[in-house]
Amino acid sequence: MSVYLRPDNLEEALDALQRRPLTVLAGGTDFYPARVGRPLDDDLLDLTGIADLRGIADEGDRWRIGALATWTDLIRADLPACFDGLKDAAREVGGVQIQNAGTIAGNLCNASPAADGAPNLAALEAEVELSAADSVRRLPVTEFLTGNRTTALDAREIVTAVLVPKLPDAAASAFLKLGARRYLVISIVMIGIVLVPDGDAVGDARIAVGACSPVARRLPALEAALKGKSLDAALGEAVSAEPVETVLSPIDDVRGSAGYRLDATATMLRRGLSNLGRRMGEAA
Amino acid sequence: MNIAAAATTLTVNGAETALRSPSATRLADALRCELGLTGTKVGCDAGDCGACTVLLDGEQICACMVPVAQAAGRNVTTVEGLARDGALSDLQATFLRHGAAQCGICTPGMLMAARDLLDRNPSPTEEETTDALGGVLCRCTGYRKIVEAVLDVAGDRTCAASDTAAGTGAAVGARVARLDGVPKVTGGDVFGADFAPPDALTLRVVRSPIARGRFETGDLEAFRAVRPGIAAVLTAADIPGSNAFGVYPVGKDQPVLADRIVRYRGEAVLAVVGNAGAVAALRDEDLPVSWHEEAPVTGIAGASADGAAIVQAGRDGNVLARGRVVKGDIERGFADADFVAEGAWRTSFVEHAYIEPEAGWARRIGDRLEIHVSTQSPYMDRDETAMILGIGEEQVRIIPTACGGGFGGKLDLSVQPLIALAAWTLGVPVRCTYTRPESMASSTKRHPADIRARAGCTADGRLTAYEFHGDFDSGAYASWGPTVADRVPVHATGPYVIPHVKNTSCAWLTNAPPSGAFRGFGVPQSAIANEALLDDLGGQCGIDPLAFRLRNAIRRGDETSSGQVLEHSAGLADCFEALQADWDRERAEAARINRAGGPLRRGVGVAGMWYGCGNTSMSNPSTMKLGISADGQVTLYNGAMDMGQGPNTIMPQIAADALGVPVERIANVAGDTDRTADAGKSSASRQTFVSGRATQIAGEELRAKILRLANVGPAAALEIGDGRIVLRDGDAERTLDLRAMTQDAEGDVLAADGTFDPPTKPLDADGQGVPYATYGFGAHLAVVDIDIELGTIKVRRIVAAHDVGRAVNPTLLEGQIHGGVAQGLGLALMEEYIPGRTENLHDYLIPTFGDIPPIDTILIEDPEPLGPYGAKGIGEQALIPTAPAIFNAVHHATGVRLRRAPATPHRVREALLAAQEAGHA
Repeated sequence: MSVYLRPDNLEEALDALQRRPLTVLAGGTDFYPARVGRPLDDDLLDLTGIADLRGIADEGDRWRIGALATWTDLIRADLPACFDGLKDAAREVGGVQIQNAGTIAGNLCNASPAADGAPNLAALEAEVELSAADSVRRLPVTEFLTGNRTTALDAREIVTAVLVPKLPDAAASAFLKLGARRYLVISIVMIGIVLVPDGDAVGDARIAVGACSPVARRLPALEAALKGKSLDAALGEAVSAEPVETVLSPIDDVRGSAGYRLDATATMLRRGLSNLGRRMGEAA
Repeated sequence: MNIAAAATTLTVNGAETALRSPSATRLADALRCELGLTGTKVGCDAGDCGACTVLLDGEQICACMVPVAQAAGRNVTTVEGLARDGALSDLQATFLRHGAAQCGICTPGMLMAARDLLDRNPSPTEEETTDALGGVLCRCTGYRKIVEAVLDVAGDRTCAASDTAAGTGAAVGARVARLDGVPKVTGGDVFGADFAPPDALTLRVVRSPIARGRFETGDLEAFRAVRPGIAAVLTAADIPGSNAFGVYPVGKDQPVLADRIVRYRGEAVLAVVGNAGAVAALRDEDLPVSWHEEAPVTGIAGASADGAAIVQAGRDGNVLARGRVVKGDIERGFADADFVAEGAWRTSFVEHAYIEPEAGWARRIGDRLEIHVSTQSPYMDRDETAMILGIGEEQVRIIPTACGGGFGGKLDLSVQPLIALAAWTLGVPVRCTYTRPESMASSTKRHPADIRARAGCTADGRLTAYEFHGDFDSGAYASWGPTVADRVPVHATGPYVIPHVKNTSCAWLTNAPPSGAFRGFGVPQSAIANEALLDDLGGQCGIDPLAFRLRNAIRRGDETSSGQVLEHSAGLADCFEALQADWDRERAEAARINRAGGPLRRGVGVAGMWYGCGNTSMSNPSTMKLGISADGQVTLYNGAMDMGQGPNTIMPQIAADALGVPVERIANVAGDTDRTADAGKSSASRQTFVSGRATQIAGEELRAKILRLANVGPAAALEIGDGRIVLRDGDAERTLDLRAMTQDAEGDVLAADGTFDPPTKPLDADGQGVPYATYGFGAHLAVVDIDIELGTIKVRRIVAAHDVGRAVNPTLLEGQIHGGVAQGLGLALMEEYIPGRTENLHDYLIPTFGDIPPIDTILIEDPEPLGPYGAKGIGEQALIPTAPAIFNAVHHATGVRLRRAPATPHRVREALLAAQEAGHA
C-alpha cells in the first residue's frame, strides 16, 4: 500500500521528505497525465493542505508567489504591469480547469521546455525558493531549470515559493505564444518580454524565449542592443537573427522544424517589442 | 497524517458524502465507481479533453486530475446536480433546444464549464464563452451550437429550435429537439464505460510496443498463479473460432489477439482478466513477453520499394487493393485541352478522436452471449463475434450502449471479441474500457494519401480530361482499405462533367495501425487535389473560381465518370449559386484588405463536393419495424445506430409522418439485435437515405394495414389511444379494439416492417456502372487570414451549402454540417497521427472552441425520389469540401499552393518561403 501524506504545515512535509523519497504533488496537472493507464502507486506528499504555501503576497521589495498559487490566483491577483505578460501566459495554460488547479511553482518543477510560465519568469528575473528541513536556498529560475525535465531541486527539498523582485511601476511586459490551435496547445515558440523604461527610452530590457531550447533562454545580446532605444513602434527593428541563433537550440519535432522556430522567434520578437514599445511610448 | 485508509468526507451535489477510495484516486473515478455518478465522463485521464469537468467549490476542474484527498471538506457539483426536482435547468434545456449535444459524451463537461462561466458572468460575450469553455473538446458539434446555447441562456431564447410538438404529418422538416437528448444533458445516458454488473471482471489488453516483429510469451499460468486477483491471461490459443476478423465477408485478416507475429504498434497480444484492483496494479512490462523487433515497413514508399519486406504473407508486393475508373480516351482529352494543371499532394493519418474511448461489457447467459458496447454496427459485431467464438450468430446479442462518437472508427471490432471471449470462457461478466492512448494506438485511422493528378480544359473553361492516381497507406490489415480503393476513383473528378477520365488507386499494407473508415473513405483526400486543379485551370482561363465550377458542375441528365446518368436529385449548381452573394462580397473585402499590405493576408476559396450514399455497388439493405401495443404504444424498432448524428430522432420523425401520428407518440428501441432488424452500419452516409426509406415503408405499411382493418380511406386520421385506434374519414368514424388482437413477441398487436436496398449496378473493370443510387452534393466557401510571416492560418468564416434532398430535421443537419466543417478544418490545418508519438489529445491536435469560425449553413432541397420524403445523407458530405476550400483560400491570399495536409504553421511558412525563392509569390 502506497503512502499518501497531506500535512497541514511545512515542517511536517519537510520532515517527511528527510525520511524517505516522496513524489511531491500539488495541482496534479502533470502528475496524473504521466500515469494514464498505469497504477497510482507512488508514495505521495500532497502539499495542498499547507495554508502557508498559498497566495501571492507583497513582501516589500519583492512579490512572493506561494508554491500553491494557481494560474487562476495569478490572473485574479492585483499585480503591477510587469506581470501582465505572465498573466497572459497564465491564460494560455491549458483550459480554465488546468488554470484552476495547476500551480506556477509546479510548472517550473515539471521543467517542460514548453512550460508556459518560464519565459516571463525568466524575464522577471524571478527566483525559486527551495526549502529543506534544515535549509532554504534561492536560485534564479534560469539556474533552477537545468534541462529538459530536470531541475536543481534536491529530493529532500520542496519549492516553497517563486519570488519576483519588484520593478519600477512603469515597467511593462508582454507574452507571445505560437501554437497550431487556439486553446489547449503546447507552444511552438514563446516570448517573454519585460521592459523597464528610462524616460522615453529603454532602461532595461529582459527577454526570454521558450520552447526553443531545453530551458527558456534569455537573449543578452538583444537585451543589450535594446538599451537606450526609443520606446516606440520601431523597437522591433533591433531584432536581428544572429543573437537568436547563437543562444537558442531548437529541435525538429511534430510541432515545427528547428529552422521554423528560429524564424518565428525573430518575427515574434519584432512584433512583441514593437507593440510594447509603442504602448509604452504612448504611456510615457 | 496518513489518511490513506480513512474516508474522505465531502459534499457532492449538496449531500454529505464519504469516499473510501484511496487518497490518490482520481476524483473522476471515485465519483463514477464509488458513487455511481457516471455523468462525469472520462475521455483521456490527462486533462486534455475536459469531459470530466466538475465544479470544485464552484470552480471548474478536471476531475481526472484531482486526488480524492484534495476534495476533502469541499463542495463538488457534477452534471447530476444541475437539474432541480427532476426539471432541467435553463442551461440544460437550452443545450437541448439548440442541438448543442450530439453524441453527448462531452456534454456534461461542457455544461459544467458553462455553469462555472454563467455563475460568474450571467451575460458573457462570445469570446468570454469560448475562453471559459475552451478546456472541453467536442468532436461532433463544431462548437457553434454550444456557443449559441450558452449565449442564449442569458439571451432572448428565440432560437429556431425546436418544434418538439410538431403536429401530425408535420414531423419531417421540423426542428424536433433530439428525442434521446434529455439523458445527454442530465448525465443519465449510459455509454460503454458507464455500467457493468457489480461482479464484472475487468479486462486489460496488453499491446505490442513494436511496429513489426515476433514475440513469445513465457509461463502465463505461473504469472497468473501468484496474482490472486487475476482470473485469466488469454492468448490467441484461447480463441475457439476464427482468430481473424475484418469488415468484408472475405479477406478477413486481423487477429483478435496476435499469434506470434505483430504487424503494428498497439496491436492486441494478450488479454488479462481479473478484479479491477488487480488489473489496475499491473504494468504491461510485468507480463512475461519477449519481443523481437524487425525493421517496419513504413509508409507508401516503404511498402512499394523494391525488395520491401512483406507485411502479410500471401500479399506479395504489399498491395491490398486497387481501384480504377476509366471513361473516354484520356489522351484525347488532354489533346483537346488548351490548358493543363497538375500537381502532387500528401495527407497524413487522421485519428477519429471520438471523446468516448472504446468500451463495453459482456456476459454469458446459458448458451448465449450478450454484449453491451459502443458501436456503429451492431449486426456486424454480432456476426463477427460469433465467428470468432465459433458459435451461431443467433447465440450473440448486441445491445448497443449510447455511442460517444464514431465517425467510422467504431465500425470495426475493438473490445467486442475480447470481452466476449473472456465472458464466454470464464462464465462471469467482463468489462473493458480502453485508455485514450490505447484507443489511439489500436483503432483505425483515415488513410494517408499520396496523390498525383492532372486536369485539362478548353480555353472557354470546359473540363476535357482528368487523370488521377492515389496511393493510400492502409496499415497492417484490410479493414476498409478496399472501400477507399473503390470509392476514390469513382469520386476523384469531383462533381464535374468530364468526358475523358482515368482514375486509379492503390491501397498498400504497411506496419501501421489499420486505416479504416473515416467520414469520407478517401474522398476528402482526393478532393484536396481535385479542387486545387480546378482553381489552377480557372486561373489559366481567366475565369473566376466560382464561375468555373458552375460552368462544369454536374447536373441532372449529366453522366458521371462511372457512366451513370444522374436522373434525379442533383442540386450542386444550386449550392454554388447559393454562395454567389457571399463570394462577391468576401472577395471584394479581401481585395480591399490585401491592398493595405502587411503580414496578414485575406483569402477566399471555394470547393464543391459529391458523395454517393450507401455502399459502392453492393447490396446494403435496411429493415425497420414499427409496432403498436394493445395499450396504444407505438414503437419503432430502429437498428440504425445513433452515434450522435441523429437516427434516434429522424427515424421517429419519418415513422410519425408515414403512420400519421404525432412524433411524440413514437417510442424508439435502438439497435438491440434481438429486437431490431438489421439496418446495416451507420456509415457511408446511408442511414437517412436507406434506413429512412425503410422506416417510411414500415410506417406506410402499418398505416395501410390499419386502414384496411378499419375499412376506411387513405385520408383517414388516426387517433391511437389506450386499447384502441379511432379512425376518422370525413364524417365516418371507426374504432379498432387493440385489446382484442393477438400480441406478438414484443407485445405488439399491429406491426409492419419495411426494407429498402438502394438500387445499384456493379462496376465493370473500367469502373463503369451505377455505384450509388443517389449522391449528396455541396459547396463550401472559406474565408481565411494567413499570417505570412508565421505561417499561421485563421479560418474566419465558412459558408456551407448542401443539397440534402429534403431536410428531415434542419437543426440536426446544421449540427452535422458544423461537425463536418470542424473535422475538415482539423484535417486541413492540424491533425496528424504519428504512431508512438501523437497518441494523446495534447500531441494530437483536434480543433478547439477557438478554431471554428462562424458557419453559415444553407440547405438546398432537390428531392431524391428514392429517399424518405426526398431525403439523402449528410454525414460525410459535410466534411469533404472544407479542407480544399481552405487551401484554395490560402492560394487566393498568397499565390501559394499547399500540398501537404495538415498545413501546420511550419509547413505553411516553408511553402511561402520556397515560393518566394522561386519568385512565385
